[in-house]
Amino acid sequence: MPETLLAVRNLKKYFPVRTGWLQPAEYVRAVDDVSFTIRRGETLGLVGESGSGKTTVGRTILRAIAPTAGEIVITLSGEDSIDLAPLTRRDIRPLRQHMQMIFQDPYASLSPRMTVRDIIAEPLVAGKLASGDEIDRRVRDIAERCRLNVEHLRRFPHAFSGGQRQRIGIARALISNPSFVVCDEPVSALDVSIQAEILNLLEDLQQERGLTYLFIAHDLSVVEHISDRVAVMYLGQIVELAPTQQIFAVPHHPYTEALLSSVPEPDPHIEMQPIPLKGEIPNPVKPPSGCYFHPRCPYVQDKCRAEPPLLREYQPGHFAACHFADELQLVGRYTPPEAAADSPH
Amino acid sequence: MVDLLRRNRTATPQTSPVSSRKPPRQETFYTASQWRLIWWRFRRHRLAVVGTTVLIILILMAVFADFVAPLSPTSRSTTYVLGPPMIPVFIDDEGEFHFPPIIYGVTTERNEETLRREPKLDTSVERPLHFFVEGEPYRLWGIIESNIHLFGTPDGEPLHLLGTDNLGRDIFSRTVFALRVSLSVGLAGVFISFVIGLVIGGISGYFGGWIDFFIQRLIELIMSIPTLPLWMTLAAIVPRDWNALQSYFAITILLGLLGWTGLARDIRSKLISLREEDYIVAAQLGGSSDWRIITRHMLPAFTSYIIVAISLAFPGIILGETALSFLGFGLRPPVVSLGVLLEGGQNIRTIAQSLWVLAPTIFVILIVLAFSFMGDGLRDAADPYAEQR
Repeated sequence: MPETLLAVRNLKKYFPVRTGWLQPAEYVRAVDDVSFTIRRGETLGLVGESGSGKTTVGRTILRAIAPTAGEIVITLSGEDSIDLAPLTRRDIRPLRQHMQMIFQDPYASLSPRMTVRDIIAEPLVAGKLASGDEIDRRVRDIAERCRLNVEHLRRFPHAFSGGQRQRIGIARALISNPSFVVCDEPVSALDVSIQAEILNLLEDLQQERGLTYLFIAHDLSVVEHISDRVAVMYLGQIVELAPTQQIFAVPHHPYTEALLSSVPEPDPHIEMQPIPLKGEIPNPVKPPSGCYFHPRCPYVQDKCRAEPPLLREYQPGHFAACHFADELQLVGRYTPPEAAADSPH
Repeated sequence: MVDLLRRNRTATPQTSPVSSRKPPRQETFYTASQWRLIWWRFRRHRLAVVGTTVLIILILMAVFADFVAPLSPTSRSTTYVLGPPMIPVFIDDEGEFHFPPIIYGVTTERNEETLRREPKLDTSVERPLHFFVEGEPYRLWGIIESNIHLFGTPDGEPLHLLGTDNLGRDIFSRTVFALRVSLSVGLAGVFISFVIGLVIGGISGYFGGWIDFFIQRLIELIMSIPTLPLWMTLAAIVPRDWNALQSYFAITILLGLLGWTGLARDIRSKLISLREEDYIVAAQLGGSSDWRIITRHMLPAFTSYIIVAISLAFPGIILGETALSFLGFGLRPPVVSLGVLLEGGQNIRTIAQSLWVLAPTIFVILIVLAFSFMGDGLRDAADPYAEQR
């Protein structure tokens, strides 16, 4: 088994919300006690609906925001493990070159006032990792790798389409040769045809450079293609974590089952039977008692309302947080995914 | 999905689909910087371009006031008191065309109602208007000595474009000098407001929390006080025995001290919205220091908005000075500002018989409109990327 690159333990991020003048502060539990590990070279998919805290997990790991509690231990090759959680912004700067982020919105994430060359070069310049001609050489290198036309480097982002902009964002993330990249819904703002192009590019780059991805998405079909393992988040907690094939074939949590049932089937002969979920995702300031999922769960029992379930291992590597994971016969995808079978990983 | 992915892998072009063999015009657009794009966008806003042109002319007039004005602001005519404007004409009342334009001569006539002797225009006398004529000597900015004026009559006969006031002083010349004072009050006032606004708005937006809360409530408090009584109260504190120059500075500082609230709000809100932008987060994750983020990523996005806020703050300060001086609380003679000039028109006789004494009003309106139009145009152009989302 390959070594662990990143270990997240009991990560919490609470955002205070002001409810009124001189009222006691309340907290949104955006990330509520999340633990997982990512092995070197693998892709962990992180799935959940909007408001589930998946983006906050990604941003907290990279310390764009400071965690409320928990450990974020990164082990770079040939170096000691470092816990990022207690570091100050200044202390963390030398480590930034090793961990980068690809953003969801290719429009908002590129400064409109800098040329593409300057945007891509920024991590090198800011981190003083290269100087002079070497910067230009490396920018050209990575731009070519990301299938950008090097003649366009003098242009400003407004000259580019969404897919091209996303490739600029990828080039910026990879120029400092990071080992770990958080992909925060990198394709959900793009057209479907371009989505495939960007996903393939990300896969190619991963193989070439031995990258480790945390791949955040709200769409299981995207994650199915690219991930080795998948974690499903609900209301700031991980409810199920398993190898991709396994979670698609035999989900152990009713929420995963509902998500899987809503993945569109490419084969028109297969009749889809999406499981309708009642209501909205609950208010994270006042989460429900017991299992957070119980108000929307079709299999809810009395125990679920009273007692919060723990994340337990049901099969080797397959974790779920459900009191009845053993008893329920949950349905996975109708056809076993071929992608996972012929996936190079 | 899977099929689609595989198919697209082979179809992925090796370079970006936009070919580099675009016409050069397109390429200039693609490589155009923020300021270029702002300029292109601003140029399309007709009214803003007109406003800016008017403003530049007014500023040039103010800067070269001694040269533009045919007379000094204090020189008096003993014969032409409360005389009507002498408008240069190209075609005289006999239908004859003149170039350069002519102005009519002056005569006195007894008003049959009031039985006063009043100056009148004499259409039988025609005098040509010449440019760059010799006239009253002056020192431009106290340094350059000259006696050349932009226009005048070659024979040194009186020329009062906008007529004269009750002491026989040339209203046009006084207005030109008043422009200099009023615009400089505006400039200094806006500068003071801007510095205070930048510091307080910056603190408010950067620190947030209870500091932000406190500052915002303070701003609301200041904004809720009706401006005119507040100005008058504060202006009344300025000692009456100060000389004209001292009270000029006092009023300027006063206007600046009260005008920062709007600017502080603009700066705070822009700062807060910028801090949340993805590309600022990206710069932070890229390893940029706080200093680099502020100077390299935030300031360039910020400057265009600051320029807009400043140009829209100008009219308020200038109107403030005009209103205060008009009411006699602001600048005082012998300083000539637009407000001081208008104070002279505060009686029924002026309005009934010599309306031209109020001519400086036209310049007040011109300045305010020009700044507003320019500000509007700048605001529309300031974020040239907004449309493309």
